[in-house]
Amino acid sequence: MAKETLPRKLPQIVFRILWLPMGGALFFLLNTVGGMKALDSAVVAWPLCLFGQFMLVAAKYSCKSSPIERTNPGRLLATHMIASQIIAVLWYSLARTIVYMVSFGPQLKGLDERFSGRGPIVYVAGTVSYLLAVAYYYVIFARENAMKAEARVLETTMLARDAELKALKAQLNPHFLFNSLNSISALTSIDPGRARDMCVLLGDFLRTTLRVGEHPVIPFSEELGLLERFLSIEKVRFGTRLRTEEAIEEEARMCLLPPLLLQPLIENAVARGIANLPEGGTVRIEARCSNGRMFITIENTFDPDALPRKGNGMGLRNVRERLEARYGKEASLRVTNDGEKFEATVTLPAETEVAR
Amino acid sequence: MSAGDKKMRVLIVDDEELARFVVRELVETHPEMEVVAECINGFEAVKAVAEHKPDLLFLDVQMPKLTGFDVLELIGTEIPVIFVTAYDEFAMKAFEVHAVDYLLKPVGKERFEAALERAKERIAAKIPVPAEILAAARQPGQFAERIVVRDGTRVTLIPCSKLDYAESQDDYVALASEGKKHLKQQTIASLEASLDPALFVRIHRSYLVNLERVVRIEPYGKDSRMAILATGARLPVSKTGYARLKALLDERG
Repeated sequence: MAKETLPRKLPQIVFRILWLPMGGALFFLLNTVGGMKALDSAVVAWPLCLFGQFMLVAAKYSCKSSPIERTNPGRLLATHMIASQIIAVLWYSLARTIVYMVSFGPQLKGLDERFSGRGPIVYVAGTVSYLLAVAYYYVIFARENAMKAEARVLETTMLARDAELKALKAQLNPHFLFNSLNSISALTSIDPGRARDMCVLLGDFLRTTLRVGEHPVIPFSEELGLLERFLSIEKVRFGTRLRTEEAIEEEARMCLLPPLLLQPLIENAVARGIANLPEGGTVRIEARCSNGRMFITIENTFDPDALPRKGNGMGLRNVRERLEARYGKEASLRVTNDGEKFEATVTLPAETEVAR
Repeated sequence: MSAGDKKMRVLIVDDEELARFVVRELVETHPEMEVVAECINGFEAVKAVAEHKPDLLFLDVQMPKLTGFDVLELIGTEIPVIFVTAYDEFAMKAFEVHAVDYLLKPVGKERFEAALERAKERIAAKIPVPAEILAAARQPGQFAERIVVRDGTRVTLIPCSKLDYAESQDDYVALASEGKKHLKQQTIASLEASLDPALFVRIHRSYLVNLERVVRIEPYGKDSRMAILATGARLPVSKTGYARLKALLDERG
């Protein structure tokens, strides 16, 4: 933070003392080109630059309203030409005022006459000063933009990291683990073979979860494999109460998405949908691509009278944050609820080739 | 409930078959105990409790429709209950101090035996769970969103938004909802405590009203008033009740 304050303040400091060298230049011009006496030149040049520099602040607004990278050159030229002429006229009037006000001094009597004819010099000085100010502001803005862009990139990566971590945490949902372990414990005496299968399934699921978490994106086919494994484990617990359906387009399998993105959605579908239905229900996974976009829907039946559970919406927020962090406005999560079915649809750009 | 040679009768309630099996297997290692029934949801549990009059209940917390807490509230406090849950310990600690024990999934033998010992002690000493404490522990820091009512073995769920008013009748409250009245064994004070105070106002010693049902207030006799509800019901409003009602309405603007 401390490191940043000096470079940020520097432009202002420079601006505040700029009238001294500017006045020097104008003094030189009036003295040599204009052929005015040194004293006459001095009393016009420095006061003019001191007050005139405030007019140059106008350049800040004309630069802001026509950003150099987004305004067409013709418009840009016209804007600054007109503005520079206005400033030049103002400078000239200011110079006349100064001359008028100081020409009563003992050494300065008759300055207004000696100054007449030097108007063009002041006029040109005003124009050039304005154009220099424009250049100055464009440089400042470019620098600010670069700094902002850098901050934005940093923020995005941090958000993405954060979301990854949360996803992993949500992934290792303790209730899911505890319930699965309880099921295994029952199976050890009912059906040791199935108990072993369940251990393998659970181990597989956990291992894959940890592995895919390292990649920024994975093919949907891998994500789907995880969802299927998760559902197989939950099927052991819920028995026939949990039914599943799939409708996956071949094209969608190759598309890339952040790993474990859909995990909170499938967990919600089971925990808030199926688990609340005495007769059970169906979880349906759908995926398709069209017009360069990918659509993934996870749908489940639910009990409309069920109490909203604690932590409701946490999973959805997690998915939204991750989509936002990676795709910005290019992706979305839409949730619908028709009183019987709950549907969560993720829409994102259908990418197949990204450096992993 | 004579001790000695008579077997201890156990009811197991869980919506997951494998979870019921684990508890059953652990119970069956005790020859002095027998499982009288297994229930797959809360409604069945309420029915089975009335039918079998078990000595001990193993009750899952997360079940469809009726949770384990709901079941406990409905069956009263005569029968000791051991909760079985995958939920974290913190959520369950409140019950431990009130002599209702809990087991965490996956359920282990050692912890099971300890809980069983405590339950047996409770049965021998006949310590009932104070009902008011249970109601308070049910949802700490959170207001009820529905009320569970039992009529014999039939269970009704009343969402709080559909409750018009409650009237105190000795040890019971009569809950008026959708043109019907349901009786529940609860004091009006404890009902009031469990409901959202921004929505339900005690307008009278014996009446608790849903603010959104009140259409207008009419003067009635000297010093007292009547609240007219959208359903047409007329409820007496006491002086302090009117002050409460007015304060709440002012707050709402």
